[in-house]
Amino acid sequence: MAARKTSGNKAARKQPAPDVSPNISRDELIEFYRQMLLIRRFEEKAGQLYGMGVIGGFCHLYIGQEAVVVGLEATAKDGDQRVTSYRDHGHMLACGMDPKGVMAELAGRETGYSRGKGGSMHMFSKEKNFYGGHGIVAAQVPIGAGLAFADKYRGNDNVSFTYFGDGAANQGQVYETFNMASLWKLPVIFVIENNKYAMGTAMQRSTSTPDIYHRGNAFGIPGEAVDGMDVLAVKEAGEKAVAHCRAGNGPYILEMQTYRYRGHSMSDPAKYRSREEVQKVREEKDPIDHVRDLLIGGKHASEDELKAIDKEIKATVNEAAKFAQSSPEPQEAELWTDVIA
Amino acid sequence: MATNILMPALSPTMEEGTLAKWLVKEGDSVSSGDIIAEIETDKATMEFEAVDDGVIGRILVPEGTEGVKVNTPIAVLLEEGEEAGSTPDAAPEAAEAPATVPADATPTVPASAAPEATVPPMEEIPAGTSSKTQTVREALRDAMAEEMRASDDVFLMGEEVAQYQGAYKVSQGLLDEFGERRVIDTPITEHGFTGIAVGAAFAGLRPIVEFMTFNFAMQAMDQIINSAAKTRYMSGGQMNCPIVFRGPNGAAARVAAQHSQDYAAWYAHVPGLKVVQPYSAADAKGLLKSAIRDPNPVIFLENEILYGRSFEVPELDDFTVPIGRARIWREGSDVTIVSFGIGMTHALEAAEELAGEGISAEVIDLRSLRPIDYDTVLASVRKTNRCVTVEEGWPVASIGNHLSATIMQQAFDWLDAPVINVTGKDVPMPYAANLEKLALVTTAEVIEAVKSVTYRAGGL
Ligand SMILES: Cc1ncc(C[n+]2csc(CCOP(=O)(O)OP(=O)(O)O)c2C)c(N)n1
Ligand SMILES: [Mg+2]
Repeated sequence: MAARKTSGNKAARKQPAPDVSPNISRDELIEFYRQMLLIRRFEEKAGQLYGMGVIGGFCHLYIGQEAVVVGLEATAKDGDQRVTSYRDHGHMLACGMDPKGVMAELAGRETGYSRGKGGSMHMFSKEKNFYGGHGIVAAQVPIGAGLAFADKYRGNDNVSFTYFGDGAANQGQVYETFNMASLWKLPVIFVIENNKYAMGTAMQRSTSTPDIYHRGNAFGIPGEAVDGMDVLAVKEAGEKAVAHCRAGNGPYILEMQTYRYRGHSMSDPAKYRSREEVQKVREEKDPIDHVRDLLIGGKHASEDELKAIDKEIKATVNEAAKFAQSSPEPQEAELWTDVIA
Repeated sequence: MATNILMPALSPTMEEGTLAKWLVKEGDSVSSGDIIAEIETDKATMEFEAVDDGVIGRILVPEGTEGVKVNTPIAVLLEEGEEAGSTPDAAPEAAEAPATVPADATPTVPASAAPEATVPPMEEIPAGTSSKTQTVREALRDAMAEEMRASDDVFLMGEEVAQYQGAYKVSQGLLDEFGERRVIDTPITEHGFTGIAVGAAFAGLRPIVEFMTFNFAMQAMDQIINSAAKTRYMSGGQMNCPIVFRGPNGAAARVAAQHSQDYAAWYAHVPGLKVVQPYSAADAKGLLKSAIRDPNPVIFLENEILYGRSFEVPELDDFTVPIGRARIWREGSDVTIVSFGIGMTHALEAAEELAGEGISAEVIDLRSLRPIDYDTVLASVRKTNRCVTVEEGWPVASIGNHLSATIMQQAFDWLDAPVINVTGKDVPMPYAANLEKLALVTTAEVIEAVKSVTYRAGGL
């Protein structure tokens, strides 16, 4: 079955005898491989369907950044929430949403998560505590803190994973949020997915200081930079941040150093960086190759086992695409529904 | 199994493109992610990546071919070890795509290279003036460039306006000509940079602020309304805010609720602002030049779908169009159709079709929404006795509502039918292709409204 439950993930985490590194079991590493590969293949398929005109409008792919969301989801428990920008397909798959429903939404079909009305940038799942999918840069940041506010208000120990980009990190509402989150000790993890570019703007052309996470200092929010291409490093940093938040110490900032391989959206000619720059990251830092090397190099898995996973993922993705393409468009009456309660 | 590689759609509005260059040849192995070709769209040259591993079996469309329709097979991809002669069974991907797809990706109105319907004489242009065909995009760029040459106080600021040449390529070439001092890339901080530009305008500079789209100007609304629009009044006339806020407004294609709003009525509501929304390239150029020279804050609403349309633009050293004057595009005697911006495409199409049915429609392009040229509208309604308004925005408190009230008060005795407002539907913009089409204004709705006010069969 395509939809993977986060709980399956937790079971893996509880495996005894860690045999890959102190905080990772073999099974969990295999699971990371599977999830990252699912995101990658899903996104490649989405790109292909866009080219065919099945997906329209804006479509922002997550290829290259897979380790960030997969590593962090491994630290989440039931009840935790997540919210992100328009570059959201990976987040949805990683929190256990059904690839079929996500792909169907990308295609604007009635079987999609938003019944075809939201599209790539605006998708939600109440069931998985996925609060979107936001098209307005940085609008999700105060919303993420608001989810954390509700947790604090209710007195539970849930946390809110609030993802945003290096470009979004310059919006004023981010700093208004930092102040209140710290002042009120809200259990929110601000995950800055620093993929070095905001559309065509390299980070150093938009950002006055090189380390975004330092900006938390002004508000008394601890933070750190993390190798976002290394799923193990992501998980480790995530555990620290989650523990900090659950213990009632207020927000935490994780600046994930990552990279997007594709253009900003499907219609980005990407003249602002060289092909060599992209190629170098793909060859030297690819998050999936990294896990593959750990598995094969450490003899934790055979080539054949990984091939079998590749095949299974390909089937899942093809099934999602077929489901999306064969689903009907929304009924015309849907135009008028859901406007107001 | 061999599969076809299809001509991709590389932007929300692309229908066809040029296969500029192949970066692989027959027999080459490719893996997913390799760049295999360069494809030119209406906006840019894009790299096209392989989505599967395999060997290029045959190249079906040679490089340099223009006008290749989206989804045309352009090459055959073989699996490793497969015979070079293999051909795909039946273009499997293409066959799977539902029938509605190609139309889905089409913008509301097809982009055309040919100039629009014949342009009526403009009062602003001396007889005998020559003209050239230009897109709205080029006309806007020329207007900025001319005004920046004329005054060093004029500068352009916004996201991706400089190095990237504009998210929609409107500022193409301006960085090269005017340098970084005057063509300024900002971080994604709309409220902040709008405030900075307003401050610079208070200090006497003449900023042009580009919003990547007007949807993002909502982040900056307070600075636009509370600071830019009201300060002259609050200072008893001492302060000036000569600033232009410009960018695409309204729906593009399939970009859904947060990126598809028409703000015409919002800004037209605000005293202290001027608001213009051009339709043709000539008006875009002439109005933008006037806006830059205007001592007031001017909201300049463009439209992404219109950027690529071509019109005749007069060749004059200094061509301007006055703010606050409507333009009669087509004279008629049975009904007045009032519109602006992209709504004009539907108004003109409807008028053409109605002419074939013996209904003579007068079509007025408001061009400016604050101030509105009431005189032109009222004179026309007093002549035709009927009026239909057309706009993309939502119906409640629309420009059409306001015109209806004005006509009712000032031309009541001339009206033979209630004024009908044709508008976008009263819902956020849906993503699904079929629903988006239903949400937008259509030419058929304009025709139906005209038939209704003229009491012809087939009307409401
Ligand atoms: C308020 C606002 N301004 C501008 C945009 C247009 N826009 C969409 S994404 C983007 C770049 C964002 O970059 P970043 O935050 O680094 O995220 P990434 O796309 O790299 O994931 C811009 C300028 C928008 N959607 N919302
Ligand atoms: Mg970024």
